[in-house]
Amino acid sequence: MSNKVIYGLYDDDDILLKGVKELRAAGVRIREVYTPFPVHGLDKAMGLKDTRIAIAAFMYGLLGLSFAGLMMYFMMVVDWPQNIGGKPSFTFYENLPAFVPIMFECTVLFAGHLMVITFLARNGMYPGREAMNPDPRTTDHLFMVELPSGDNRDEVISILEKTGAVEINEKELTDEH
Amino acid sequence: MHYESPIRQPLITGDKTYKQITEDVARPIEGKANRTWWILFGLSLVMFLWGIGSLAYTVGEGIGTWGLNRTVGWAWDITNFVWWVGIGHAGTLISAILLLFRQKWRMSINRSAEAMTIFAVFQAGLFPVFHMGRVWLAYFVLPIPNTFGSLWVNFNSPLLWDVFAISTYLSISLVFWYMGLIPDFAMIRDRAIKPMTKKVYSILSFGWGGKAKHWQRFEEISLVLAGLATPLVLSVHTIVSMDFATSVIPGWHTTIFPPYFVAGAIFSGFAMVQTLLIIMRKVVNLENYITIEHIEMMNIVIMLTGSIVGIAYITELFIAWYSGVEYEQYAFLNRATGPYWWAYWSMMTCNVISPQLMWFKKLRTSIVFTFILSIIVNIGMWFERFVIIVTSLHRDYLPSSWTMFSPTFVDIGIFIGTIGFFFVLFLLYSRTFPVIAQAELKTILKSSGSQYKGGKHE
Repeated sequence: MSNKVIYGLYDDDDILLKGVKELRAAGVRIREVYTPFPVHGLDKAMGLKDTRIAIAAFMYGLLGLSFAGLMMYFMMVVDWPQNIGGKPSFTFYENLPAFVPIMFECTVLFAGHLMVITFLARNGMYPGREAMNPDPRTTDHLFMVELPSGDNRDEVISILEKTGAVEINEKELTDEH
Repeated sequence: MHYESPIRQPLITGDKTYKQITEDVARPIEGKANRTWWILFGLSLVMFLWGIGSLAYTVGEGIGTWGLNRTVGWAWDITNFVWWVGIGHAGTLISAILLLFRQKWRMSINRSAEAMTIFAVFQAGLFPVFHMGRVWLAYFVLPIPNTFGSLWVNFNSPLLWDVFAISTYLSISLVFWYMGLIPDFAMIRDRAIKPMTKKVYSILSFGWGGKAKHWQRFEEISLVLAGLATPLVLSVHTIVSMDFATSVIPGWHTTIFPPYFVAGAIFSGFAMVQTLLIIMRKVVNLENYITIEHIEMMNIVIMLTGSIVGIAYITELFIAWYSGVEYEQYAFLNRATGPYWWAYWSMMTCNVISPQLMWFKKLRTSIVFTFILSIIVNIGMWFERFVIIVTSLHRDYLPSSWTMFSPTFVDIGIFIGTIGFFFVLFLLYSRTFPVIAQAELKTILKSSGSQYKGGKHE
């Protein structure tokens, strides 16, 4: 695989979307698209799979729910049962109504935080990481497609020009991207 | 694809482009602070320092320095706690519930509203912690075995639910806010010229580059966080209200408390958002993004929640009479006609009567009127908590214990201090953070921007 890439820059999300569709139709593999904001339909146009992060969040929520339930069962019923206000703590079942608020809070706490940690880990994001976008203008107003440069280099460039790219750059990648 | 009904008012005026949105959002961060900012900051800092002094005095001397007595054991501290938590409800409501309802007008205001939420919850947290008296033992509320044995915290107590609710709310709001900030920090990073600025925003932006897959995940986590935060925000004030409702004090022991507190929280939160944003849009020139349309929408929410609060007040009175319990009846009669009648009627005027003025379109689209009303609402909501807490307590079961509450200069100092702290944080935020979720806002430019509406384009 060649590690030369072509960067095509667009200045409009609709033109970008059209460009991406045409590139895909011509059989060009799109390495990456950098956009300043989420462009709706771009993931479909690029052929990206749906994210499964919401399923992960659901699992984390279940984990939080069970954690809270077990924690309170252990502390209130098993380890040191007390008779508070004439309402003794003998069984999980009898104490359950009082446990509901914290079970809910822990569900949210676990689901939210673990999902965000998963998000950062999967994206490879951490404080101080070098910017992932090769061109700083892509967080402002430009949309950039990153394409592999191979035998079809001229064809790719002509599609980019035809679909309205405002700027086309070529670059040799030195490190793993 | 970018269609929106022409009946809707544009949410971004001034014919902006993507580039201009970036510049308008980055300007307050890249420019220098003006005099108004420094004056406000200095004033807030003085208030904050005064609060620190009062807190230090409280810690050194004990909570005997407050105006509390044996009958009224909860007064300004818990009033202020509930008031601040309530204010801290609008941010998550705007960003989570309005996201689920696909309300696009949330986009220019959600960032600041969430910042306000987080700063308000900080203030709220101070009160119960310092009310413990021995602050250094505050870790006793955590579910860890007591150092002197193996006694655990009491999970049947609403006060402990509150610990979990407030801390979950604060941390989830913080994460929700921060995730939204990452793409905007990346924007500031990529524009930065000074190496120091670049370094700082580079650390803050976690290397964000706007890759397609990352945006896909970003949108998914925003939606899931909104879905989680929506019941969370409702649960927080529900649990706060249970601090009162699960007790047996006449005037507190009512089942209407949870929905009534939640409505009141949204009511006061939106009022505080109005107070802050009306100043901010002027100071940092964001009138094209925070438009009269936004202000009107928020006023409608204030009117709606104010009416719910009004109905709750009247329902409480009715139920007190209908219950046939003479203690309940007395508690409410005493609120309206007893020694604290002035607090009760201030609350009624500010919270029930004043929001009804929002029915007039002229008034709810007037910036001056909105600003004044937002302050009135916050005064009213403070009185609401004061009325609930102090008037229910000051008439004890034994008439020999009947008493009145008056705050000391320490009570007042701490309250003023939290207001100062809140504004210090908000002013610093407005100079260093992108105050508008610009990445998100750019997605609606083509559907709600003024130059794209009314068939001028396409």
